[in-house]
Amino acid sequence: MEPRPRSFYVLGAFFALFLLFLYGPTITIAILSFQGPGGGLTFPMQGTSLHWFRDLFEQQAVGDIWGSFRRSFVLGLMVMVTTVILSVLGGLAFRKKFTGSSIVFYLIITSLVIPSILVSLGVGLIFSQSGLTVHWSTSGFGSQLTWTLPFGLLIMFAVFNRFDKSYEEAARDLGATSWQTLRHVVLPIIGPSLIGVALFGFTLSYDEFARTLLTSGSYNTLPLEIFGMTTNVTTPVLYALGTLTTVFSLLMIGLFLCLAVFSGRRKKRAGSDAGKGML
Amino acid sequence: MPIHTLPESPKVLKNNTLLGWLMALPIMAVLTFFLVLPILMIVTVSFWKATEFSIIPAFDLENYEFLFGSNVTYRVFFNTFKYAFITWVFTLAIGFTVAYFLAFHIRSLTWQIVLFLLCTIPFWTSNIIRMISWIPFLGRNGIANSTLISWGVIDEPLDWLLFSDFAVILAFVHLYTLFMVVPIFNTMMRIDKSLIEAARDAGASGAQILWNVVIPLTKPGIMIGTIFVVTLVMGDFITVRFMSGSQSANVGRLISNDIALLAYPSASATAVVLLLTVLIVIGIMLRFVDIRKEL
Repeated sequence: MEPRPRSFYVLGAFFALFLLFLYGPTITIAILSFQGPGGGLTFPMQGTSLHWFRDLFEQQAVGDIWGSFRRSFVLGLMVMVTTVILSVLGGLAFRKKFTGSSIVFYLIITSLVIPSILVSLGVGLIFSQSGLTVHWSTSGFGSQLTWTLPFGLLIMFAVFNRFDKSYEEAARDLGATSWQTLRHVVLPIIGPSLIGVALFGFTLSYDEFARTLLTSGSYNTLPLEIFGMTTNVTTPVLYALGTLTTVFSLLMIGLFLCLAVFSGRRKKRAGSDAGKGML
Repeated sequence: MPIHTLPESPKVLKNNTLLGWLMALPIMAVLTFFLVLPILMIVTVSFWKATEFSIIPAFDLENYEFLFGSNVTYRVFFNTFKYAFITWVFTLAIGFTVAYFLAFHIRSLTWQIVLFLLCTIPFWTSNIIRMISWIPFLGRNGIANSTLISWGVIDEPLDWLLFSDFAVILAFVHLYTLFMVVPIFNTMMRIDKSLIEAARDAGASGAQILWNVVIPLTKPGIMIGTIFVVTLVMGDFITVRFMSGSQSANVGRLISNDIALLAYPSASATAVVLLLTVLIVIGIMLRFVDIRKEL
């Protein structure tokens, strides 16, 4: 291998600084959340303790964070499942190159670039003017889909653009029906990328703030609850909560990535049985 | 339904359209109810009147007259563009460098994937927490100030680190640089490495290769990243509110302030103008790139 050019080390250092910039602040609040009971919002550390984490478990101290966590979790799962199903259907639809598909495409792009507060305001207005009550599981759910669906669909477009059509043709030539082709050929091939769509669906919903602001009704989701805390909580309990939700997010990301690696390996093992067929 | 690679008959095409719409139906339903109708609703309400307690259907241009007649509006729009432009410059410079390093200097695919994932993981965590996490850095007694003082660079703590335009832009760059890294990296990975070898064989220097080969071929990725960053910054209201300590304003904050005062018609009028501005900016950028080809 040829030796590394000098630019490699310069850029490498830049990259390391970038990672520090990305993760440094989050790591700092993780450290500060272990402050002793007398600690404040910045360094120096006043001893170490689990005091602020314990505080999180006392209802009255910080409001209804466990309730809001439960709601955010359930909502995340709802959005995830819906995003995966609708994105697959949408991806399949676009393969048909149907008349009018560009309308759908531009709607998706609009959904991606529209300022989130407009969705919040518009959905809120529709619900209030038609006498419906906003609730995180109805209006909040729909508003979040306008953010997760574009990502899901763009991933599906990318997947189907790289999809080798000869697999389907082979299946059809062997007499498979359209449904059988879809069920036994197309879906298993695109399976691992659905894990990616699910990851986007869950995490984007779990962290969404602006689109749920006016659409979640009287029960807050976790990001709304945390934002509320920033205005009236000035102790490291805020950091403790931040650390906990970040750890939770990281666990979910890790879980999805493991699933992706695992299913990739399985596919590799099961995929190529060329030359090993029954004779 | 036998569809082979034969030229498609009108019947097959009609079938495709029917099936296509059938499968796109759920998405269309969601987007109609939660995107199209809300936009129409906002446009409608922007012509309504507001009293102290409620909003009344009307056809009244008063909201727009007030909006365009106020100096605040122009200042706030200018601010919005200022944030978008400065953030764009920094995210592009950082994002391009990072993507370039990953795509051209990391030699094993596994390492490329690992480092790329490291860059994208923060995208899947909470923006609000990431904003809060700047407090111990930038505060009056924060890490930045105490470090600078201990180095002897400054004598007094700097006040403009937190709750200022500086903090707003820092947070934007922190939150949105990965929206540049991902599309630029994606386009760079598709550049045929032999083109770069050919340029080197023909005697081009590193800088010439970068300027005449890599950058032109990376343009689509840069445009997609730009669209993301510009729209996210222009539509933002929470970062500006939190990081400026409510001292600066952009259009999003103008809207959210009106909402807090229950002045929905006026919020809607501002929202309509913001939406048009964003769509015009996107429209201009889309002339330079075909998104569908880039996926």
